[in-house]
Amino acid sequence: MTHSLSIYLLVAAILFGLGVYAIMTRRNAIAILMGVELVLNAANLNFVAFARFGGMNSSGHVFALFVIVLAAAEAAVALAIIINLYHNLHTINVEEASTLKQ
Amino acid sequence: MTEVSFLFILLLTVGSALGVVLSRNLIYSAVFLLFTLLGIAGLYVFLWADFLAGVQIAIYIGGILVLILFGIMLTHKIVSVNISHSSLQRGVGGLLTLALIAFLSWIALRTPWRMVSSQEPLQTVGRIGQELMTNFLLPFEVASVLLLGALIGAALLSRRDT
Repeated sequence: MTHSLSIYLLVAAILFGLGVYAIMTRRNAIAILMGVELVLNAANLNFVAFARFGGMNSSGHVFALFVIVLAAAEAAVALAIIINLYHNLHTINVEEASTLKQ
Repeated sequence: MTEVSFLFILLLTVGSALGVVLSRNLIYSAVFLLFTLLGIAGLYVFLWADFLAGVQIAIYIGGILVLILFGIMLTHKIVSVNISHSSLQRGVGGLLTLALIAFLSWIALRTPWRMVSSQEPLQTVGRIGQELMTNFLLPFEVASVLLLGALIGAALLSRRDT
């Protein structure tokens, strides 16, 4: 079971779907950010699984590393924006924050 | 024994991902996200990616999750119990999500993937380092510039009076 590609792909598909569900249905900006993290992790799992079953190619690992770097940068900037939004509008509900200025 | 622990990590990952998505309390969502990320690190170990498992724990759990928790604390009044959050269009979203998962699983199961059998490598860190310094040198440098930009941008954005 640990030596079959499909089980990893299935787990990644479920994680991706749940992340998309969080992005679609959540109103809170931080919860949407958590959904994005789930989606990125699903993609990473696919990269590593294909690296393992495609002849232990290290390129997959390097790509997963780059995705982690991008996720870190994205989380930092997104949380800075969310905190700024909260200071300006006193809400982080993405439906109420529909204006570009105060 | 390996199978049992693999199954346990699999269920931990998927179950806590469900918790992240469905939990009403934002703090609970963040804690569930911790277990999801931990489970994915465990799956990396089963996929012979030991270095990535360490990086996953160090950066995702040690960095990003703590950042998210800071975000929750800073944008809600801690004394108020109301850290819950509502959702919209749960029915339609759930149906679309189920369709998406079914479609992706169908693709994953139907496609004849080209599989190459391989031995477990003695070490992965050295090979990743070699790849980074040879084939992926330009993306590596671009990533460092991106991190610097994100650092400065985040610090600038979250200043009180700009």
